[in-house]
Amino acid sequence: MEGYDVDFGHMEAVSLISAPKYPEKQDEKNRWGYLFESSLGIKLEQSEMKIIESKIYILFPALGILFSLIGSRYVGYIVTSCLLNENHDFLRLAINTVRNDIIGRNETFQCLALTLDSEPLTSLKPVGNIGGRDFAESLAPDVQKLLVSDPQDDMLWISSSCRPLVRKKAALCLLRLFRKNPDAINVDGADRMAQLLDERDLGVLTSSTSLLVALVSNNHEAYSSCLPKCVKILERLARNQDVPQEYTYYGIPSPWLQVKAMRALQYFPTIEDPSTRKSLFEVLQRILMGTDVVKNVNKNNASHAVLFEALSLVMHLDAEKEMMSQCVALLGKFISVREPNIRYLGLENMTRMLMVTDVQDIIKKHQSQIITSLKDPDISIRRRALDLLYGMCDVSNAKDIVEELLQYLSTAEFSMREELSLKAAILAEKFAPDLSWYVDVILQLIDKAGDFVSDDIWFRVVQFVTNNEDLQDILKPYAASKAREYLDKIAIHETMVKVSAYILGEYGHLLARQPGCSANELFSILHEKLPTVTTPTIPILLSSYAKLLMHAQPPDPELQKKVWAVFRKYESSIDVEIQQRAVEYFELSKKGDAFMDVLAEMPKFPERQSSLIKKAEDVEDTADQSAIKLRAQQQPSNALVLTDPQPVTGAPPPLKVPTVTDRSLSQPNGSLSSIDPQTPSADLLSDLLGPLAIEAPPGTVSTEQHGPIGAEGAPDEADGSAIVPLDEQTNTVEVIGNIAERFHALCLKDSGVLYEDPYIQAGLLLTELLRPIGLKAEWRGHHGRLVLFLGNKSTSPLTSVQALILPPAHLKLELSPVPDTIPPRAQVQSPLEVMNIRPSRDVAVLDFSYKFGTNVVSAKLRIPAVLNKFLQPLQLTSEEFFPQWRALSGPPLKLQEVIRGVRPLALPEMANLFNSFRVTICPGLDPNPNNLVASTTFYSESTGAMLCLARIETDPADRTQLRMTVGSGDPTLTFELKEFIKEHLITIPTGSRALVPATGAAAPPPPPPVAQPPSPAALADDPGAMLAGLL
Amino acid sequence: MIRFILLQNRQGKTRLAKYYVPLEESEKHKVEYEVHRLVVNRDSKFTNFVEFRTHKVIYRRYAGLFFSLCVDITDNELAYLECIHLFVEILDHFFSNVCELDLVFNFHKVYLILDEFILAGELQETSKRAIIERMSELEKLQQ
Repeated sequence: MEGYDVDFGHMEAVSLISAPKYPEKQDEKNRWGYLFESSLGIKLEQSEMKIIESKIYILFPALGILFSLIGSRYVGYIVTSCLLNENHDFLRLAINTVRNDIIGRNETFQCLALTLDSEPLTSLKPVGNIGGRDFAESLAPDVQKLLVSDPQDDMLWISSSCRPLVRKKAALCLLRLFRKNPDAINVDGADRMAQLLDERDLGVLTSSTSLLVALVSNNHEAYSSCLPKCVKILERLARNQDVPQEYTYYGIPSPWLQVKAMRALQYFPTIEDPSTRKSLFEVLQRILMGTDVVKNVNKNNASHAVLFEALSLVMHLDAEKEMMSQCVALLGKFISVREPNIRYLGLENMTRMLMVTDVQDIIKKHQSQIITSLKDPDISIRRRALDLLYGMCDVSNAKDIVEELLQYLSTAEFSMREELSLKAAILAEKFAPDLSWYVDVILQLIDKAGDFVSDDIWFRVVQFVTNNEDLQDILKPYAASKAREYLDKIAIHETMVKVSAYILGEYGHLLARQPGCSANELFSILHEKLPTVTTPTIPILLSSYAKLLMHAQPPDPELQKKVWAVFRKYESSIDVEIQQRAVEYFELSKKGDAFMDVLAEMPKFPERQSSLIKKAEDVEDTADQSAIKLRAQQQPSNALVLTDPQPVTGAPPPLKVPTVTDRSLSQPNGSLSSIDPQTPSADLLSDLLGPLAIEAPPGTVSTEQHGPIGAEGAPDEADGSAIVPLDEQTNTVEVIGNIAERFHALCLKDSGVLYEDPYIQAGLLLTELLRPIGLKAEWRGHHGRLVLFLGNKSTSPLTSVQALILPPAHLKLELSPVPDTIPPRAQVQSPLEVMNIRPSRDVAVLDFSYKFGTNVVSAKLRIPAVLNKFLQPLQLTSEEFFPQWRALSGPPLKLQEVIRGVRPLALPEMANLFNSFRVTICPGLDPNPNNLVASTTFYSESTGAMLCLARIETDPADRTQLRMTVGSGDPTLTFELKEFIKEHLITIPTGSRALVPATGAAAPPPPPPVAQPPSPAALADDPGAMLAGLL
Repeated sequence: MIRFILLQNRQGKTRLAKYYVPLEESEKHKVEYEVHRLVVNRDSKFTNFVEFRTHKVIYRRYAGLFFSLCVDITDNELAYLECIHLFVEILDHFFSNVCELDLVFNFHKVYLILDEFILAGELQETSKRAIIERMSELEKLQQ
């Protein structure tokens, strides 16, 4: 009742309320039953549902007049809360009634209305969203009036006569409206808010403080007058002055209100006023000192709830040293107690404390207890302990901590391994006392949790080993011998095979004198692993073989025979990369000296920030545990984040082995848009394997895909101009690939990427913020259905996403609404229906924009719903063709034109071009071999299915000119088709073509012409970009 | 802010579900299933807090019933833990010695109490007396 949300599974309860399904009888009892039933969400037949809906229409507006009984009003609210989000118009009706109730004199109705308002009525559908905003905007002022008396206000009587009951509901209702729409409450409400905090009734105060927390989190400056009031409330509670017995909970004056008030204070950056500050610190001191552990669980919990909030506040205020050390001492006590909840909170708050102040020394005393917590059976505690260990690690204790983590890794459950291995790897790198230890750790890590060790981690090891400059370089042989040891294991992870193969290939010869480490033996043991690995590892193994062969001193003919056998075997591999390496190594290995040069030891890698540490920093940015930061960041969001299962608590995002797409997309971008071309990217992969594949011809670049379009979609800054900027901020976003090219490719294909951009932060190159927009299409006659998918590849949500279609006159386009927000790493799809009304070459434009942080990015994209999409290939025989051809007598049905300046194409190529836009070449129809005859069917609403015929007469002497005749049963179609083909014959499809509205339709402005993409050679010169595709 | 409140028995039957954020019906079922799985196997010696997606669930077990609150990651855990206890005390007082069956057969009253206790995902009233008095007031109105 009272508007409660009744979507639970209490079917048994429903059966208790006996009632017929149709409320034809007007007696009150039956209607109750019926409404309960409908409220409870019983699945009714479609027809039944319709009846109910129509009833509601009649029922609700009449509510105020017809049903004076309170019971009926309840019914109305129940129904409203059930059906509101489904019916937009109905909602508008409802607002008035609700409004009348809120400003009305009847307290019961006020309560009902306020409770209804506080329901999360808004469905996820956009319609509901609009409704929610409407609600917020039109109701907020009235609700505000309920809260406080305003001398100038006519409505004075409401607030003065309002019982606390109504006012506390009003406060929370306002909070709900504020969350829905922050603009609903204007800043000049600040005085009213402050006035509200003078309230005596603790119930109203509890609700009001919740409202205050939301308001100050949004804008603390406006509400600075509330700060002293919060301190007053705290004082009142702490001294237990004027606190009715009913508001003390196990002897503690409303712990919840205390917590809320302290929470609100944490949103103010500092407390300027010395006297306020002094009284606050007195209160805090009292809490810190006066909280004892007691036997009663509830009392203990309540007092510690207050204590932990006080700790947070002290941390936030950055109090004097004395108080801080008091806090640290308390936390130190908590992390060693047995009570799990307190220990959990102790660990959590200690981690926060680490970020605020230097407490390393004190925490180190507790290291062993924290490590015990890491082995606690409760995963919640283990996670907190892991966070704390991670936070407290420094050079002095790194060895111990990392070893603990490694030990724990073997027993940890699956869900924690990923986080553990990432943290261990980061700590090992950050605080490694010596590099051989680091190599040990990472190899152990790969051994124990290979699945969770991303490529970054092993690249980093190789980089360290290669760059090590010790005079008596022991690291390289050490790494090689370690790698050799791991290879003796029966089953090893593939990553281990990769790293061992790489290290042994480079430095295996350093071990040559040790037993079991001759080139031949190394080869055999590596080669044993080859059958167990997947395709991406094989090229690394082949390179290692080549290097082993090269290093074998003196040359070992037996080894050569074996290695050559392997190369020969892979010469015909289906994988281009493997095949190429096999062929090239084989040929090179016959060349002697050249072979030595090509396979010389890897040069040093340029020093750079570890991608791991960078990753860790990114993670900290997004998932910083610090109370202050998080609270400051936390926006009043309504939705539970459901798409992204990553935990926010300091846990890093799942570390995935980068997929091919990831890499190829970020890599060329990184290398071409980079600020410093000398260190093109943080992608270690490219450097690592760089020299190994220099001999790879540029052709391999094409294995690197920029989406389905292929290699030509190379990035080009000039293409940035193809985005029509909304404002200056757009400049910060650069488009990946050539929009025009993507468009043209999509004109001939049914699916692919339409637009893509990274978000480039100054200096950061490996931004994983790629958002490709793709289209999937299905065409049937004059109907087409496309799916626009928008993928957010960044780790933060994209907001204010809008997609608007600007259709030309000849197309009917319907795009399903795009959600306003795309959660991190999620993809949304919205179908786009296309109907072709008549032939035209105009192009529809998608006006698309989103917000990333404060940047608005917008782009106008042409939708590849072009003329040829509505063509259906059709092949005719000469018996079918010629009668039709002759029937088309001449203009305007049959048009002929001599076209000059045609791109020279051989006849078969031209035939392919025609076929690609679904105009089928009918071979053998024309006796002259230099001529082409083609046919197709065009579909549109006005023409229906219409046969189109075309004849091309080429001149073998001059390929730049030809005569084209196009015919169909519709003059417009003939003209448009002729022009369409002409465009494709003259211009290279990658160039932009003029979008002159041929039929006078109001076509949207086309994007400005774009420059040609950079030559593939430029791309090929960049080994990074090339190599990104190789693995 | 409280995202949702669930009252489930050991078998995973949801006895009360109140959402303060809009969720699709299918998503609600999924959430209920997941929360049950998350809390049901936890030892009584464990903490009462457990991470759930990007939020955390504060739960407490009373006989065969699990009371679970899903709150923001930064919210004060113990305060919400005691909030559950206060709710149970109110129910206990109202139904005088509450049991699962009371909640099943008088579910509408449970919702009424909840609406007086928590509104819009925030605590509205922490006085047991005030809520019980309000309940009797409402009961009078309905007669």
